[in-house]
Amino acid sequence: MRVAGKGRVNRHVTVPFTFDGKRYSAFEGDTLASALLANDVRLVGRSFKYHRPRGIFSAGSEEPNALVTIGHGADRTPNVRATMQEVYEGLSARSQNAWPSLRWDMLAVNDSFAPFLGAGFYYKTFMWPKAFWERVYEPVIRRAAGLGALSGQHDVGRYDKAFAHCDVLVIGGGPTGLMAALVAGRAGADVILADENSEFGGRLTGEVEEIDGQQGHAWADRVVAELAQMPNVRLMRRTTVTGSYDQGSFGALERVSLHHACPHPDAPLETFWRITAKRSILAAGALERPIAFPNNDRPGIMQAGAVRTYLNRWGVVPGRKVAVFTNNDSGHRTAQDLHDAGIEVTGIIDARTDVGSVVGVPTFNDGQVVATAGRRGVEQVTFTHSGGQKTIAADCLAVSGGWNPSVHLSCHMNARPQWREDIAAFVAADGAVPGMSIAGAAAGAFTTAACLSGGANTALGVLADLGFTKPEVAVPKAQDGTYDITPLWSVAGNGRAWLDFQNDVTVKDVSLAATENFASVEHMKRYTTQGMAPDQGKNSNIGALAVLADATGRTIPETGTTTYRPPYTPVSIAAMGAGARGKGFAPERFTTSHTASVQRGAPMIEAGLWYRPSYFPARGETTWQEACEREVRMVRNAVGICDVSTLGKIDLQGPDAGAFLDLVYTNTFSTLKPGRVRYGVMLREDGHVMDDGTAARLGPDHFVLTTTTAAAGQVMRHLEFVHQCIAPQMNLRLASVTEHWAQFAVAGPNAREVLNAVVDDPITEEEFPFMACGAVAISGVEGRLFRISFSGEHAYEVAVPARYGDGLFRMLLSVAEALGGGPYGMEALNVLRIEKGFLTHAELHGRTTAFDLGLGTMIAKKDCIGKAAARRPGLTGPEREQLVGLRAVKAGDEITAGAHLFREGAKPIRENGLGYVTSACYSPTMGNTLALGFLRNGRARHGKRVLMVDHLRQISTVCEVCDPVFFDPEGRRARG
Amino acid sequence: MRYSGLRVIQQGLTGNRGWKPVWRSPEPKPEYDIIIIGGGGHGLSTAFYLAKNHGLKNIAVLEKGYLGGGNVGRNTTIVRANYFLQGNSEFYSHSLKLWEGLEDELNYNIMHSQRGLINLFHSDGQRDAFVRRGNAMINQGDDAILLDREGVRAHLPYLDYEQTRFPIYGGLYHPRGGTARHDAVAWGYARGADARGVDLIQQCEVTGIDVQNGKVTGVQTTRGAIRAKKVAMITAGRSGQVAAMAGLRLPVESHVLQAFVTEGLKPVIDHVVSFGMGHFYISQSDKGGLVFGGDLDFHASYAQRGNLPMAEHVMEAGMTLMPMIGRAKVLRSWGGIMDMTPDGSPIIDKTPIEGLFIDCGWNYGGFKAVPASGWAMAHLMATGQPHETAAKFRLNRFATGHLLDEEGTGSQHNLH
Amino acid sequence: MRLNCPLCGERDRREFYYMGHADYLNRPSEGAAPDAWDAYLHLRDNPAGLTRDLWFHEMGCSAWLVVERNTVTHEILSTTLATDVKEAGE
Repeated sequence: MRVAGKGRVNRHVTVPFTFDGKRYSAFEGDTLASALLANDVRLVGRSFKYHRPRGIFSAGSEEPNALVTIGHGADRTPNVRATMQEVYEGLSARSQNAWPSLRWDMLAVNDSFAPFLGAGFYYKTFMWPKAFWERVYEPVIRRAAGLGALSGQHDVGRYDKAFAHCDVLVIGGGPTGLMAALVAGRAGADVILADENSEFGGRLTGEVEEIDGQQGHAWADRVVAELAQMPNVRLMRRTTVTGSYDQGSFGALERVSLHHACPHPDAPLETFWRITAKRSILAAGALERPIAFPNNDRPGIMQAGAVRTYLNRWGVVPGRKVAVFTNNDSGHRTAQDLHDAGIEVTGIIDARTDVGSVVGVPTFNDGQVVATAGRRGVEQVTFTHSGGQKTIAADCLAVSGGWNPSVHLSCHMNARPQWREDIAAFVAADGAVPGMSIAGAAAGAFTTAACLSGGANTALGVLADLGFTKPEVAVPKAQDGTYDITPLWSVAGNGRAWLDFQNDVTVKDVSLAATENFASVEHMKRYTTQGMAPDQGKNSNIGALAVLADATGRTIPETGTTTYRPPYTPVSIAAMGAGARGKGFAPERFTTSHTASVQRGAPMIEAGLWYRPSYFPARGETTWQEACEREVRMVRNAVGICDVSTLGKIDLQGPDAGAFLDLVYTNTFSTLKPGRVRYGVMLREDGHVMDDGTAARLGPDHFVLTTTTAAAGQVMRHLEFVHQCIAPQMNLRLASVTEHWAQFAVAGPNAREVLNAVVDDPITEEEFPFMACGAVAISGVEGRLFRISFSGEHAYEVAVPARYGDGLFRMLLSVAEALGGGPYGMEALNVLRIEKGFLTHAELHGRTTAFDLGLGTMIAKKDCIGKAAARRPGLTGPEREQLVGLRAVKAGDEITAGAHLFREGAKPIRENGLGYVTSACYSPTMGNTLALGFLRNGRARHGKRVLMVDHLRQISTVCEVCDPVFFDPEGRRARG
Repeated sequence: MRYSGLRVIQQGLTGNRGWKPVWRSPEPKPEYDIIIIGGGGHGLSTAFYLAKNHGLKNIAVLEKGYLGGGNVGRNTTIVRANYFLQGNSEFYSHSLKLWEGLEDELNYNIMHSQRGLINLFHSDGQRDAFVRRGNAMINQGDDAILLDREGVRAHLPYLDYEQTRFPIYGGLYHPRGGTARHDAVAWGYARGADARGVDLIQQCEVTGIDVQNGKVTGVQTTRGAIRAKKVAMITAGRSGQVAAMAGLRLPVESHVLQAFVTEGLKPVIDHVVSFGMGHFYISQSDKGGLVFGGDLDFHASYAQRGNLPMAEHVMEAGMTLMPMIGRAKVLRSWGGIMDMTPDGSPIIDKTPIEGLFIDCGWNYGGFKAVPASGWAMAHLMATGQPHETAAKFRLNRFATGHLLDEEGTGSQHNLH
Repeated sequence: MRLNCPLCGERDRREFYYMGHADYLNRPSEGAAPDAWDAYLHLRDNPAGLTRDLWFHEMGCSAWLVVERNTVTHEILSTTLATDVKEAGE
């Protein structure tokens, strides 16, 4: 019900919205929760397990009951707290976890079976018959469980991520945080003030108390206005600091557009911030906790402070007759405010023995609520008190069990909060998070005056540490006093008393856990699911551990808390993963020939982060296989052009460059003459092959190395490691130049002819024999030429600065095509290299040694990285699987990569396994299916037959084992 | 007390007053035949199988905190048998068979749910590697099915097949893979071990291991000295510190692995989905939370908590693969300490000290191994011989080069 | 998490690659016994507390760093260029 003259909503602007399809009207400034209460909607949800009717409980992000689904289609968002969702025109909210309707929920029948559904019942049943778990029990449980539903559609909403840096991060914009930010701002520090609410002020927004003679919220507005003028202060509304991490880093979620009917198309819905702060001040306030008493979960039973907030901020009361149950002064303030607003307060039930009363309201000392009644909401409250037992009417019961400081962010780095007996609450420990100071209610200061001075003094301390001059700030005058509480956690009586409203955990469940010896607080939590619901126990954990402490005869601090974990409130995956949808997940690397390749219709496939052409379809070709075979024949018979720029290129210069390469390659490079290239194998220090490639000596002190595409980053890191950490005395420098050069393979019998058509000075066999390198000029552009071959043909790789790559590629193609050649892609490249037994990461998969690959003779006498470890007995010897070639005995039979090898006639089971196939292709050159693979003692088995079995594809092929070099084993073509 | 649906009903009708403690809280005795250091999944299953398979009674499990408080209670609950190297295949295959009978064996519903695991691949090369793996699984007698893109779509229609950064070529489907309720596994083994006379002693931290003449004689604890003929160190996450008490240095570096769970949602993901290219895997718990994780934070840590870079990376992977989870909200994140070994495979072996055994090095794959690890460790401790399914998990294999490197990433501990 | 690169200043953890314990600086000499290699490559003190480990400023200056750090609290005590550490040790 809306109360005339109360609250700060804009009554001139009405906002229509729907809940469960029914139309309602709110005012500008309402939250969904305040609007529902204003419209007398009490039933807003159903509990998780028993499907109990539930109403709005709080006015903040800790809300356990009022979780709703908002939006439709791909915009549907489940589990939105009605207390945090600001209304906008056309807002469509729906209740969750109820079928067919919120009012008539079939699964409410669960409540009748509650005696059989106590803590952990599911561990004791559903075991028979065995097959029923997946088929019957689990599907039923899964459907009954869960809260809201995802849309099932791709989330196309816009989200963002951002970084921010500051001197002082102030977490929480209540009186403490505002004061701290004001002090720090005036001192000139870079300040970020973040608060999860839509307006700053914290508790002040829901109270009527005065600061410096004006309303608290007005004081807050004045401070905010001053802060907004400071260029060194960033005010972040609707921003929840969600986690504290190492070295002053924090995560924070800003709800940017979720309160708009029509968000700006360029604005994100949410932004996830990574904030780095030299110091932080935790001014997160405190949360009011409930009391467990029989049937304390009915709609209308709410936090006393929330009732006050709804009245004072939104001009709403949740009932016509309000009763109050409290063990501290919060309840009295609620009663006072309601009474002053003309709302009937039917009684204050105070657990304390001797307390004053609110004028005009009956007050009962030693009071404990022992029963509530009401069908879909509370209607009556029965309680005991010093004068006996009494029942009063109440359609709202405002409850305060005291306040729990919001210590969460101080505990994210494993610190435990400390128990303070005087306030019966845990407070954050000093130094819990390096650089974080705790102030105000979060530190257990529960009066406005103490919060204001705490905020100011904490900020002054932080500023002094940071070297700022003390600014002029007077702490304003505000209400002070003492916090008088008699702890009361649960009230015995008939009926269940709820601790965790969301997960339906009652006092009995915790007692049962203790009875069954789940006595550790972690066991209790996990067994009962206490505190594991969307509020993460913000409302219930302390009460539950008090009940556990009682049941196990320990004190509350002895019982201890469970662990506080980020995020403080849930964060959407879309926000934390912003920017990654679609291609945004990882960079896309394009070669300079990309456009030309796409223009020729080449399908571009991923090679790590790069894109490379799979093949270049010719007119009339319908399959990749046709194109591939044509390209292979083209290279073997004429000439082919292939962009090989993705291979890693590392420039190495310095007087010790040769010696350095001797250390990192198994073979010797210091003896390589300038103008020559050598193939090299690089081991990891553990003796396995890391990568292979070439090193070209461009000058006495200058090498350029190539790596495989996949290992380029790893090799660069490794070389820097060897240089800086193993051999820093060596005088050399390394630079990755992969992107600097566009490099193309020109391969085939007509390769030199193609090349000579593009270079300024034609080359000859004598100048550029096999494995030569040197400078060339192409249309005046200085380039590099390497006479190397990955196809087995007479071939070159020609490199030019990347900006000339597109031009050179097109030039090479036009010349090649005139000579019966053209471009070739990855498929043909793969066939060409298999025919020659050349290796890729299919073979260099990290478990293979030079010995396995038949490259053992390349390990020179000198020391090199990996040499010692490669000698281990397990890495040598006949039991090792060695690289072999395989060809189908019946030409054309399929050999598939990933198939396993067995002795002919052996059963294809693990015990009989002899090896596996790594790469396979149909070779148009050899007219047969060829493959590379690893076979136990394989080099001794050349000429023998093995059975290849691919269970997955149901293929068995008898293969002949052979040398891995199928084509031109003498290597004449490359030299010729 | 035997559990059954009938028992739940009987108790419900009589006010649930007859439930008994699931385990005792005994005082430590001065001497045991066998002491197991570590009351996690592996320690508890070892105790259980020592009692059940080998008839041994005089056993204590010493736990410094609470039972099941380590990685068995903080993992992403995936159970699978999809390894491809000899030495691993037979072990995880055995473990999966034990999982399939575990409810019956323990009389405890550990909610083993064989909902199927799909490993996605995104290139021809990855497909070939998964084909090798799938064939190895079938060689071992386990199940594997190769799915092409449309096959994956039939199971997982909600993935982004059009825009995702690494296009989905297909997947390797392991129908018997799935999940289990992690805490229940620890509790089920604890209850079973306790019922067979094993003393489960919580809040009892081992502070020293007593060795005389090369032979273990007992342990020092925060609750006094306890003598023992055999001692097992089963403390993954703290293996190095415990082994150091016996003067041993292990091939282990400790790393933090984060995991995440969202708020409860109605059923939306029915399988376990693994996106290796993005270091991301996900399933949905029976309660409705999406449970997911990614890679290590990569720096040595005992903090049991992570940092934002990897957390964000995991969310990003989720968003490129299955953007329908965007509106799910992460409720909680946490970290566990992983014993990372130089080949990514575990250690179940004797130590150079007579009577001192070790079970460690589970990297981030220990949960699914809980049954077979306990089985093999119990066999080793009772018979002195390695169990046939765990014969290659030797402590000295790094020195000898008999490695089990499924990832092929080599001896750097954090790369597995 | 943030690290102070001696060359670049304080940077986010995202810029760094982690290798492992600073044991990796002490490569056994040629001809060392197999045990020395086993210790170098595999065996670790793996302290719960202060440690020294090797980080690479991969997205920055390409310097390898020795970081003194607490593995329990993640406190960082110092960062030094690996080349400086090697020089001081030789």
